[in-house]
Amino acid sequence: MAVSPVLPKLVGERVKRREDPRLIQGRATYVDDIALVGMQYIAFKRSDVAHARIRSVDTRAAEAMDGVEAVFTGAQVAEFLAPMPIGTPFPSPEHRAVAVDTVRFSGEPVAVVVARDRFVARDAVDAIVVSYDPLPAVVDVELAMTGKPTVIHPAFPNNLAVPLVPAGTGVSADGKVDDSAIDEAFARADLVISQRMVNQRLAPTAMEPRGVVAHYEPGKGTMTIWSSTQNPHILRTFIAALTGLGENQVRAIAPEVGGGFGAKINIYGEEYVAAAVSKRLGIPVKWTEDRSEAFVATTHGRDILGYVDLAAKRDGTVVGLKLRLIADIGAYNMLLTAAIPTLTTMMANATYNIPAIRATVTEVFTNKTPTDAYRGAGRPEATYFVERAMDMLARELKMDPAELRRKNFIQPSQFPFATQTGAVYDSGDYEKALDRALKNAQWDRLKAERDKARAEGRLVGLGLSMYVEVCGLGPSAALPTGGWEHSQVTIERDGRISATTGASPHGQGNETTFAQMLADQFGVPFEHITILHGDTGVVKQGIGTFGSRSQAVGGTALHMAGSKVKAKMAKFAAALLEAHEDDVVFENGTISVKGSPASGKPFASVAAYAYRPVPLPEGLEPGLSDEAFFEPSNNTYPFGCHISMVEIDRKTGEPTLLKLVAVDDAGNLINPLIVEGQIHGGLAQGIGQAMIEEVVYNEDGQLVTGSFMDYAIPRAIDFPRFELDATVTPTPVNPLGAKGVGEAGTLGATPSVVSATVDALSGFGVKHIDMMLRPEKLWRIIQGGQS
Amino acid sequence: MIPAAFEYSRAASLDDALAKLRATNGAGKFIAGGHSLVPLMKLRLSEPKVLIDIARIPGLSGIRKQGDRIEIGAGTVHHEVATSALLRQACPIVSEAAAGIGDPQVRNRGTLGGSLAHADPAADYPAVMLALDADISLKAPNGVRTVKASDFFRGLFTVDLAADEIIVSVQFNPVKSAAYAKLYQRASHFAIVGVAAALGVSDGVIRSARIGLTGASSHATRLAEVEQALTGKPASKQTIEAAARVAGAKLEPVNSDIHASEEYRRAMIPVFTERALTRALERAS
Amino acid sequence: MSQVSMTVNGKVRKATVDPRVLLVYFLRDQLRLTGTHIGCDTSQCGACTVMIDGRSAKSCTIFAVQADGSEITTIEGLATNGQLHPLQQGFWEEHGLQCGFCTPGMIMAAVTLLKDNPSPSEREIREGITGNFCRCTGYQHIVNAIQHAATKR
Repeated sequence: MAVSPVLPKLVGERVKRREDPRLIQGRATYVDDIALVGMQYIAFKRSDVAHARIRSVDTRAAEAMDGVEAVFTGAQVAEFLAPMPIGTPFPSPEHRAVAVDTVRFSGEPVAVVVARDRFVARDAVDAIVVSYDPLPAVVDVELAMTGKPTVIHPAFPNNLAVPLVPAGTGVSADGKVDDSAIDEAFARADLVISQRMVNQRLAPTAMEPRGVVAHYEPGKGTMTIWSSTQNPHILRTFIAALTGLGENQVRAIAPEVGGGFGAKINIYGEEYVAAAVSKRLGIPVKWTEDRSEAFVATTHGRDILGYVDLAAKRDGTVVGLKLRLIADIGAYNMLLTAAIPTLTTMMANATYNIPAIRATVTEVFTNKTPTDAYRGAGRPEATYFVERAMDMLARELKMDPAELRRKNFIQPSQFPFATQTGAVYDSGDYEKALDRALKNAQWDRLKAERDKARAEGRLVGLGLSMYVEVCGLGPSAALPTGGWEHSQVTIERDGRISATTGASPHGQGNETTFAQMLADQFGVPFEHITILHGDTGVVKQGIGTFGSRSQAVGGTALHMAGSKVKAKMAKFAAALLEAHEDDVVFENGTISVKGSPASGKPFASVAAYAYRPVPLPEGLEPGLSDEAFFEPSNNTYPFGCHISMVEIDRKTGEPTLLKLVAVDDAGNLINPLIVEGQIHGGLAQGIGQAMIEEVVYNEDGQLVTGSFMDYAIPRAIDFPRFELDATVTPTPVNPLGAKGVGEAGTLGATPSVVSATVDALSGFGVKHIDMMLRPEKLWRIIQGGQS
Repeated sequence: MIPAAFEYSRAASLDDALAKLRATNGAGKFIAGGHSLVPLMKLRLSEPKVLIDIARIPGLSGIRKQGDRIEIGAGTVHHEVATSALLRQACPIVSEAAAGIGDPQVRNRGTLGGSLAHADPAADYPAVMLALDADISLKAPNGVRTVKASDFFRGLFTVDLAADEIIVSVQFNPVKSAAYAKLYQRASHFAIVGVAAALGVSDGVIRSARIGLTGASSHATRLAEVEQALTGKPASKQTIEAAARVAGAKLEPVNSDIHASEEYRRAMIPVFTERALTRALERAS
Repeated sequence: MSQVSMTVNGKVRKATVDPRVLLVYFLRDQLRLTGTHIGCDTSQCGACTVMIDGRSAKSCTIFAVQADGSEITTIEGLATNGQLHPLQQGFWEEHGLQCGFCTPGMIMAAVTLLKDNPSPSEREIREGITGNFCRCTGYQHIVNAIQHAATKR
């Protein structure tokens, strides 16, 4: 027989993506690209006030318009759609997809139009007349906590959505709190750094706004729903529950999804309404979000106010940390809203040995768009608070910020490391990442450069940040949906491989990385593998892609399913080769007996035999298909070090990022090219938060940054070339040793850029600057220092 | 994203355009590049009942030398202005300002006339037209008139353009020693403050100076106090610094928004005045 | 309603359109060329970028009626005889995309960029794609992709 070509190992290689040909030729299908026969268009009338009682909604003119199929007020929708569920165990006020008697944020839907096309739908929205009795708008979060100017949900006094969740030293599992250890730690300290810090509200702004097509088929009693979502299986569960269908009657499809960044985890009112309206009218309907809608209707991220106290000895040894957090969650609890800030308290331990930590979080309702996950979701906030405080401590002690970190690191010998705040870090070598970053950045030379620039009168600063984050979400105890992931691997009759994954990608490149893994696992060409995802009609089970979980959890499930099929295939091959299954090897498209490749059978012929097993080996069923659910025993904890150099224009206060050096340790990497892309993107969002992004509301609760005219997201000219490197500390949590990398860039970059800016302006006596780094803010510091 | 409905027609000539506009009884608007108007229409901040497309009227676009003067047709797109060899050589400030408008795609479609007629308080061109003391030619059914740029910009989105008039072109004496400096608003790329400075320099002395300011107030204005402080003085760094220091001091009122408070904007006027003047002076030599 | 006729990716297309239909909706809804995307409503993000008469333009900021008689190229018309355009190839080779939503517009903007300036510096590339937002890549691989195309042409 012909000798097969030697197939290269692909795991760890920079394989270019197989997703790309359709995307670069405009042949991909996003939700708004879908057109069904008889499909009508939905549009929402939204509140233009932040807080008011709805006096009346007059839909008569809209209903009379040619091409309008139906108009529903909130009260009418409530007749056929139950309140929206949430995914956290916290108490929650009733939240209707379309407001019934009160609106609680500007942009909340008050009526729905169904019409022939998007043009008529939009015109009909304008024809709806809503009158309101205004209520005071609750905007300032600390004022809101005192019940002023009013209470948004009567069942939640002082607007406290979650009054107080404590974590850390002296907090027992049942929530009992003992202050003695933390008090003692602070009593022992030589100095305490205390700072109020704002981790401001951001708009996630995936480039594809949300969209949904819902198609209920009355004859069959089934619903198909296409949505721009990160997790079609979770969507299916919730859509089934709210439309009164079984999960087996709902098919949820995430087609091509144009970015999510956490904001497409939540199941939104628009999705429920589309499904319910399609079922009620018996027609397919589509809704596509405008960008200006997205700014008010898609969840925001961050918005956590932190009071940080960091206690230390004069020699730089950190002895205690107090973190009192106040989260402004907006008007309602969404799917994961209440849980996000608890990830901040969970990660308060950062990369350091801190003997005593107390972290508390209070969550507060305001008349704003609700918050939920945004890339990093709680961990960037923790990193920011701790790393900024560490930077302030270094400055106070006149220590090199790198050396202060080095002095306090959790050591490699301490892993697995149980933190004061309930996490168990899997593996780490923080000093290695720090040293690599210092070396790559040429830290000492950079410091000399900075000093030289300063001597010339320029305002140049350096910032450094460590980070550790929690990735690979679950386990199941941590997520109401379960924290596992699912995969099914099928060897088709012709030897091609189809594999499904419940980790539904939206830019992460799983079709490529997962095919790389299976190609190596089965010793077959990459081109022979297809990865299927994003369709509950094809992918039996799944959770989704968020929390940097698709590789660590989804990839592991894939590997496990592959292993099961491979074991069975080895048995068929053993029968053909008259060998023992343990002696069978898969390589270069053949299956052979170890040590005698010439004896091998083509992979495809073994597959064919498995589907026409004559004779059927004893104890085997025909076919080659198996599935696996992977339940991780723990999260993974990637880490790294980000260094930045910033210059401030002395006259205008405009900051410019001159340099960004990142060393990230995400464990073993399947495809470094894709990993770099993930890190670049995270860095861009992390730097964006530091420098140019901020959601702003005015005192009436109106969103001032309601479009790209006022909300800046980074452009290409805003960045220097990022300098990346990696250390590799595999995780023991999964057999791949992979930790996850999607959010890394948003953790370290943000505090490092702010610290660099503070450094640049340190001559003016400034110790901390809240984000975003508005030129005017920096200019004022320069002016203040000069006057 | 969905504008209100309107009727559309394309004008074959200026006379045709004016006739069509008159027929709308005030309900119509001209559209050329549409890059000021269409964004407003998409958000329904503007709902004209009729659009008259003037983009293809012969002769409305182009950059021409007319004796000592340069004429730019109202329909000329920013990209053409930004890359014009004539302008870059003889009057680089205009190209410089055009190259900083919006982004490449916007510059491929947006027109000079549209920008001037719309008169966004943060637009770049108005400041430049003031610095060049440009004449703006307007055509009405009963004839043509010319307005000085300094008389044209009158208030917030308000210009000296009658309901039955159309901008045909601008003309100016090219000034090589002129420059435009702008503080970008990071989201929109409009000017928080933009300063256009044009200097007449001979024998080391500033003989004339015209400074146009945009972004700071309801409409573009001249900075007369700076012009006076420069005129007749030695063409030096010291002169510029001293003159720039007073820039905008008397301006009332000054805009304030989340991107820049009144105080900050006021402080930025001298900074960008100095930057524009410094570059203008460099070009004089 | 107005009659329009334009050449789209080399084919003459005649249609009746409501004047308020933006070119991007005409391409997407009427011609079913859905590779051109809509990412904002303030003419900034560039996801809708196409070539009109040889230059990049935001198809969300021009009515279809204005493009009557024009020659339009969309992302679907960029490859020739099944051969990817050098920019498409560059984006693939250099991992210049993740979710892919901004990519068609980004590529069309880059076509004009390289047409005007066949060997741009990194700074010129970054400036040349100012009118295109990408939320996934941090732009570095996009810059690489355009450099790749510039050197391979």
